[in-house]
Formats: sequence, structure tokens, C-alpha cells
Amino acid sequence: MLSRVAQNIYWMARYIERAEDTARLINVNSNLLLDLPRDTSFGWLPLIFIMGAEKLFFEKDPNRLADEATVIKFLISDREHSGSIISSLACARENLRTTRDAVPQEAWEQINGLYIYARDHVPTRRGRYEFLRRVIQGAQQVNGLLVGAMSRTAAYEFAWLGRYLERADMTTRIVDVRSASLLARPKQTSSQTPPATVSEQAEQDPFESIQWMSVLKSLSAYQMYRQQVRLRVRGPDVLKFLLQNELFPRSTVFCLKQLETRLSDLPRNSAAKAAIASLKQQLCDAALPELANEGLHGFIDHLQIGFGEIHDQIAATYFSH
Amino acid sequence: MTINWQQYAAPGCYDELIDDHSRPRLAAGALCEYLASLSDEDLRERKTAAELAILVMGITFTVYTEGGSIDRAWPFDIVPRIIPKHEWDRTEAGLKQRVQALNLFIDDLYHEQKIVKDSIFPAEVLEQSVNFRPQCIGASPRHGVWAHICGSDLVRDKDGTIYVLEDNLRVPSGVSYMLENRVVTKRVFPELFEYQRILPVDDYTLRLYDMLASLSPRPGDHPNVVVLTPGIYNSAYFEHSYLAQQMGVELVEGSDLEVGDDDCVYMRTIEGLERVDVIYRRIDDLFLDPEAFRPDSTLGVKGLMRAWRAGNVALANAPGAGVADDKVVYAFVPEIIKYYLDQDPLIANVPSYLCMREKDRNYVLANLAKLVVKPANESGGYGMLVGPHATPAEHKRFAELIQKDPRNYIAQPTLSLSTSPTLCDNLMEPRHVDLRPFILSGPTTYVTTGGLTRVALKKGSLVVNSSQGGGSKDTWIVDTEGF
Repeated sequence: MLSRVAQNIYWMARYIERAEDTARLINVNSNLLLDLPRDTSFGWLPLIFIMGAEKLFFEKDPNRLADEATVIKFLISDREHSGSIISSLACARENLRTTRDAVPQEAWEQINGLYIYARDHVPTRRGRYEFLRRVIQGAQQVNGLLVGAMSRTAAYEFAWLGRYLERADMTTRIVDVRSASLLARPKQTSSQTPPATVSEQAEQDPFESIQWMSVLKSLSAYQMYRQQVRLRVRGPDVLKFLLQNELFPRSTVFCLKQLETRLSDLPRNSAAKAAIASLKQQLCDAALPELANEGLHGFIDHLQIGFGEIHDQIAATYFSH
Repeated sequence: MTINWQQYAAPGCYDELIDDHSRPRLAAGALCEYLASLSDEDLRERKTAAELAILVMGITFTVYTEGGSIDRAWPFDIVPRIIPKHEWDRTEAGLKQRVQALNLFIDDLYHEQKIVKDSIFPAEVLEQSVNFRPQCIGASPRHGVWAHICGSDLVRDKDGTIYVLEDNLRVPSGVSYMLENRVVTKRVFPELFEYQRILPVDDYTLRLYDMLASLSPRPGDHPNVVVLTPGIYNSAYFEHSYLAQQMGVELVEGSDLEVGDDDCVYMRTIEGLERVDVIYRRIDDLFLDPEAFRPDSTLGVKGLMRAWRAGNVALANAPGAGVADDKVVYAFVPEIIKYYLDQDPLIANVPSYLCMREKDRNYVLANLAKLVVKPANESGGYGMLVGPHATPAEHKRFAELIQKDPRNYIAQPTLSLSTSPTLCDNLMEPRHVDLRPFILSGPTTYVTTGGLTRVALKKGSLVVNSSQGGGSKDTWIVDTEGF
């Protein structure tokens, strides 16, 4: 298989996943905001940081107002922002356009149609949920078409390498939204004496459960979480579920294990496999209950560097020569 | 209103399906009778079905516009063009003869140039040829073949004579549309294939693959054949991708290939570098290799010519084959056939005036309104003057162009191109057509069964190029004997 074709398919899959997960990210924040009391300082700006796009966002105007409308537009329909939903879909389409034959015809049609939908529908505030739902559903349909109609050749493996690496990364970013809100929790809470134990903290924060529920729901994880973790929704458990659960398909460990499986059928896989094994080990060793309380953002940064390393190994092995 | 062939007329032209007495020709009898049995409604349904099939199959071509390039659905007319087999057999033999002579001619030009020394072909024409590549002198491609894939354009004048209008020896395109047109017709008129013998066209891609594989410098091994495309913005990208897919080979771009220190060509794969044996290149000579030709080319592969000259990779068509794809060289083809094969041409050339000859030039300048003037090295119908349809201002402009650069122009009488019934707004009307068969040359020569019929969809228009309002039809070679 040509390196260029492998690279295009890998990126096509990454961009589709990125569009989907950006939609999920916006959803979780919308829901959180509705649940939080009005006097919180927590708003839309954290999303810019979570996407690592602060430089671009403030490039033209350092005092740019990060209100809802501006941030949403930046994340959904700003073509100058390479991480926006429209840019991700455009890149997915462009990557596939030059290698259309590598995937089933229907998948190309689906991606093309999804791009055209996003291009022609700039969502209003009321229409936002429906727009994001269509993007998420459209990306899921692409998945389905690949699973159901694509031979398990190298091309297929590269599509799923791209998809799972992006998903692992974006799941941690979505979790990070919660850590951002943690930093800016309602004033009356932060001025009190720090709680002695994690469970005490949960008791004290009436919004705790609701917020974590939002995170779970945005990842379509709430139902699965409840089936596996029968206790009430608590921060440390949710973190454990989203980062370390081996059965839920959007958890970070699940994604890393999938990367290992996909790689095992490809030639020359040792460097990339080593990078994955190392990150997986660190993730499994992490003391999540403590992290839920403090240092989560730093830990997620650390994981993201690890994803970058895995990508570099894949690119160096397969996409250059 | 259903079709009444009695009311169909193509005055002053030879019609491919209907004779001068408004009767269907023998080979077209079954088709015409069938079409006349359809109601308007039926006919419209067939047309819609064809359009839908083209859309669903994704048959497109790319048009350049100011707003960038766009994919357009391939314009297709559902009424096939029919040629009786006994007539096609003669044409096929004539095409084989022609391409064989042209290949001998090209090989000669890059070696001893006997034809020039024997004063058959003028040295000054060769000196001024923009498609002669000094980089190819002395090279000896396998089987002595340079133009492996040739697309020759045939037209028919009012008396029914078939002429070769031009030979495309560089990167001729259109064959994928020929194949897809047949698929569409089979979907739209399946019943017509049951009761008569319409010769199949589908084996082209197998023949193409076999021919390409025969060029491999490593015979015995399983040859690694690739199709080299300039990329998605090329107007024929659909075809490049289609042919690669049908042959089951990789579609590569210049950046996928590299030439190693051993002067072999490799492609970059996920397994590492993989040697390439045969490249069916759809990139023009000058963009093939920045080291040998245009240094600013980003489409090609650095060192490709080195690898080719060393005999480590085969290129189809060979670089430099375009030297015979020149409208001035065209005028000499009858002499070329005579010189190399000692035969008379089986298919005629259109009589041509060479503006480099003073006598011819004076005639051309005095008769611009009657003639078609063509630049020597353009394709796609660009840069042409169709005298009878042009304004005096255009005549004047071409007179100046010819005087400035006579070597670059030839002129031909305006032929009354034959017509074929075409469905226009649910009425059957005559439209002008040509025919592009494709000829494959390797150890043996193969001609497609029929070819791509292009049709000028605008009333009275003679321009059949898809980039300029042309469409196409399925082409049937029908065996009327013993059936």
C-alpha cells in the first residue's frame, strides 16, 4: 500500500473523529453551563484552551471577548481555525477526495454529504443541538460503512489507527472540560476549608454529580457507566471509567488497546507499539482518585504529549520512507 | 409523438444510422425499429435512467473555470452509433497499419533518421518540432514501440469516406468513457443486446494490462505496474483512477515515486520502498522529470529519465513519442506508411495544406473562410479556427498568426462531418460525430472494438470536445452476417 494513500486515510479518519468529538465537546459545555449557578465565572473560554487554540483565537485581538457566540462560531464554522468542525470535515473530504477508491463508495458519499450539510447550515443557538447531533450521527455512519463494507486490508487498519488515536486524545480533552470547571468552581465553595476526603468533597458539592453526568452523556457513556458502576455518579469513578475502562469504546485505555490490535497486522510496527505500551502503562498506574481532586489538567497534558509521540512513530514508520 | 424516421433528415451529410431515403441502414435496423416503437414517455424514462446511472456511477470529467475546477457529470446521448462489422474490419486494419508505421518512424527519428536522409521527411520540420526530445536519442524501448497507447480521431465526410483527422500519441484520453458508455447502454436498453450481435468492448483493460506487463524490464517476475497521474485537478483524473482500479494496480503521483542510486524506480509504501517496473504515465513529457525537462515540475519524478534510459523501468507512452503527434507530421503520414511498410494507406488522411510551404500558405491565406486552421501542437480543440463559422476579425487574427509562425499551422478543407440521430428535447435530430478508437501496441497490436463516439450536442456545431459542449455515445460494432 502506498504511503500517501495510508496517510490520507489515516488523516481522513482522524478528522472525522475530530469533528464528531468537537461536537461532543460543545455539547458537554452547553449542558454544564445550563446546570451551573449563574454567578460562576466558568464560561466558554476553557474550550479554546482545551483545544489548544488559544494562540490562534487571540492572534488578531488579545482582548477578544470569549463569549458564547464567538467561541461557538470559532469551534463550528471558522475556516481559519483548523480544528473547527467545518475545517475538520473539509480536511476529511479533501484527504479522501484524492484516494476515493480506497474506501467504499457510500463512505465517500456520506463524508461528502456531511461536509455539504455543515457548510450550508450555520447553526443558530436554537438549532445548535440538532446540528451537533447530525454531525455526530454522520460520523457514526461513516464508521458503520467502513465496518460493514470495507475489506480488512491495511487501508482499514489505517482508518482505525487514525480514528482511535484521535478519539483517545479527544476523550481526555472532554474530561478536561470538567477539570477546567473545577478550577473555577462557585466562590462559596472555594473559600471554605478544603474537604478531608474525596467522598466528603462530593457530598459538599451539589453540582458534582450533575457535572460528571454531563461529561458521561456527551460521550454516550452514561448508560454504560451506570451498568458497570452501580454507585452514584462520582468524579473518581467517572474518571476511572473514561480513562481506564477496558470495555467502553471511548475510554482512553480501550482506544490504546485498539491501536495495538490494529498495528499488529501491519509491518514494521515495533516503534509505534512501544510508544503505545509505555503510555498505556502510565495511564494504568495513575492514581485517579487523587487526580480527580487536583492535578488532572497536568496529567491530561502529559497524556496528550504521549498521543503526539505515538503519532510521530506511526508517521515516521509508514508515511515517510 | 413517437419517432418517425421519415421525418428525420440530415441534409448534406452522411448519417451513420439513416440513409438518403430516410431508411435505417442495415446494421441499424433493429435499433431504429425499436426506438420507433417507444412512446415519448418511454424515451424520456430511458434518458432519465441513463442520467441517473451516470450520476450514481460517478462518471465525471473536470472542467476548468474561473472559480477553480469542478467535476461535471459526463454528457451522454442514449442513442448508440452503429458501424457494421465488415466496415470496421477494414478500419481496424488501417489503424494497425498506421500505428505500426508511426512507431517505426519515431524509432527511426531517435536513431539513424533514415527517413530524413532519404529526403522523404524534411529536416527543417524535425528541427522545429516542439515534441522532439533530444534526451531520447539512442534510446531503445522494448519491442521498438514508443507509442503504446494511441487514440486516433476518425471522421466521415459526406460521401461516406472515413478519414483520420489526427493521431494522439502523447497521453490520449477517453477510453474509460467508452467502457462506461457501454455499461450505461446495457442498463438502459438490455433488450437490444438479446437479438443481435453487438461486439463486446469490455476486454480493453485486460489487454492494456497485458501490454503494459509485457514491457517489464524484469520479465519472469510478477511485474509491478503503476498508473502515474498528475493528480486530482487533471481533467482526466477520473480516467486515471478508473484504469488503475480496473487493472488492479496502484494509482501513483510523482511524489510517491523516487529513483534510487541504482537508477531503479521505487514507490513509497507502508512496507518501505518497492521497485516499479512499468509506468503508464498520464503526465506530459515536459513534466516527467525535473532533472531532464522542466526543472520547476512538481508532478514528475527526479531521475526518471535516467532510470528509463538505463532500461530499468518502462514508460508508456515512451517519452518523445509525441514527435509524431504533430499536425505537420500528420500531413506526411501517407509517405511514412509507404516508406516503412511499402504499403498504401488503408485509411485516408484529410488533405492538408502546410503553411510552411509557400504555395500552400498563399492558398490558405486566400481561402481562410473555407478552411479549418489548426496549430501544430494543441489538443482538445483549443486554438483552432473553423473558417466558415468565424468572424472576419478572427480570420484577420489567424492570418497574422500564420504569417508570424507558418511552421505551426496547417489547414484542411471543412469536412461535412457525418451525423448520427441524437435525442434532443425528446426529438430525434442529427448531430455531428467523430470516433476515437484506441490502439495498443506491444508485442502485438490491438484495436478497441469501435471506440469513443463524441457528439457535438449543439445544433450545427462541429466541436465534439467535452470541454467545449460535446457529449458522447455508445458505439456498436454490429455483425449483420450469419445472425
